[in-house]
Amino acid sequence: MKDTIVEMNNVNFYYGERQALEDINFTIEQGDFIGLIGPNGGGKTTLIKLLLGMEKPDSGTIKMFGLPMRKFKEKSKIGYVSQKANTFNRGFPATVEEVVKMGLTAKLGYFKRLSRQQKQQIHEAIDKVGMSEYLHENIGDLSGGQQQRIFIARALVSNPQLLILDEPTVGVDAENVEKFFDLLQELNKQAISLLLVTHDIGTMTDHASKIACLNKKLHFHEHSDETKHLSDDHISDVYGHPLKLVTHKH
Amino acid sequence: MLMNMFEYEFLRNTFFTGIIIGFIAPLLGAFIVVRRLSLIADALSHVTLAGIAFGLLLEKKTGVNFITPFYGGLGFSVIGSLIVERLRRVYHSFQELAIPIILSGGVGLSVIFISLADGFNNDLYNYLFGSVSAVSRQDLYIIIVIGLIVCAVIYSLYKELFLLSFDEEQAVVTGIHAKRIHFIFIVLTALVIAASIRIVGVLLVSALMTLPVAASIRIAKGFKQTIIYAIIYGEAAVILGLFSGYYLEIPPGGTIVMILILLLVATMAAKYLITKVRQRKHRLQLR
Repeated sequence: MKDTIVEMNNVNFYYGERQALEDINFTIEQGDFIGLIGPNGGGKTTLIKLLLGMEKPDSGTIKMFGLPMRKFKEKSKIGYVSQKANTFNRGFPATVEEVVKMGLTAKLGYFKRLSRQQKQQIHEAIDKVGMSEYLHENIGDLSGGQQQRIFIARALVSNPQLLILDEPTVGVDAENVEKFFDLLQELNKQAISLLLVTHDIGTMTDHASKIACLNKKLHFHEHSDETKHLSDDHISDVYGHPLKLVTHKH
Repeated sequence: MLMNMFEYEFLRNTFFTGIIIGFIAPLLGAFIVVRRLSLIADALSHVTLAGIAFGLLLEKKTGVNFITPFYGGLGFSVIGSLIVERLRRVYHSFQELAIPIILSGGVGLSVIFISLADGFNNDLYNYLFGSVSAVSRQDLYIIIVIGLIVCAVIYSLYKELFLLSFDEEQAVVTGIHAKRIHFIFIVLTALVIAASIRIVGVLLVSALMTLPVAASIRIAKGFKQTIIYAIIYGEAAVILGLFSGYYLEIPPGGTIVMILILLLVATMAAKYLITKVRQRKHRLQLR
């Protein structure tokens, strides 16, 4: 049996009186590649905040790696690439190596410095995303797609078992989006589970193994056959209006 | 000529203090600049002035001299830093509001204390623009302690501070206590300002923290390099500024800052020229 990484049971979440998430039941198992779609304000980012422990549910339970959220301390098991990764201050003087090194901060804890093995890990993570030749470049000098890869490397460096990406392809051109998904699929093959929030429904249905549609409530599509033919009915159910799926086959 | 300057103890004290602040001010300044807090340093220095004026007033009116202007400045600076942190949290979307509030509060208090002490005197002039002769041996000891504290804290919290400056959200997700570290950082800033004021003066202290970084950020690759170059600029300016200030009989705050500005302009010009030459070479290669 596959290990369960995340288990959400009957989770409800409110912003004041407004309910953002309603009765969410959701599991992520080892090796999953889950695409999370849904309209703006549908609760995608809230769901991620709950998974990262930045918010607490008003009712229901969340287990991470079998542990209740408040007992889960090994934060480095989860890698996170935020939407904000696109909007950092481009003038910030940090090299690619320095940015990726930040990914080990949690693992190291206060007052500790990098070991030789961890330095090796940093270079491996940068290698994995194909950016080795830019090691000593300033991050602000790279293109949007390249920066995205660096932020993935930063999330990968602590060897996470689950990688959460919040709209990572915003501002990345079509060709690089395709390359980006190839990279994700490659990571998925190396037993890293993925949860990807995106508006790019077309590209995602080609790559993700499961699709979750979220608009306050969650609709989960387990079977990969089904996801390949995500029906228009499902989509309009979630978005409240029909949406056109455009897929590009090269 | 050099020997001449070192004959007097107070000049030696000033020189050693200069070496220390030439190191810690740009070191902390690198974080201040990337966290967009350059002006907060300015606001804090004005609060420090209020503390200094308070110390002068107390000395003059009551003869109590255990709160020297230096301690007064140090105390006000630290209290001011705590208020800044509080204000930044209250006005979360308008964090720069903390600057006018603290700055005007500091100047307002200073004016009141100064007039209560019956006006401006030479001492105060030294605090505004710096002096080569204002550092006592006891001041030097405190500044050494401040220097050691700053270096120890930056050494142990370097990666947390760096992550927090670059990407606060990620820092929080990875379990860093952002509030605690902000707090430590702003107190450090207050300490460095109090330590530097003797030499560069209230009005120019933030320049010593930010100008070396402004120059180094133009040429450095990465954050560590930015810090190293900034310290080199800082030390060069402090040493040259102290000597020229002493021999020209000008407050060292002025000479140090003008040297920093010269270094900044020279760096920008050099960078511009090098880029142009490289572009030209590149074009020639393509032909």
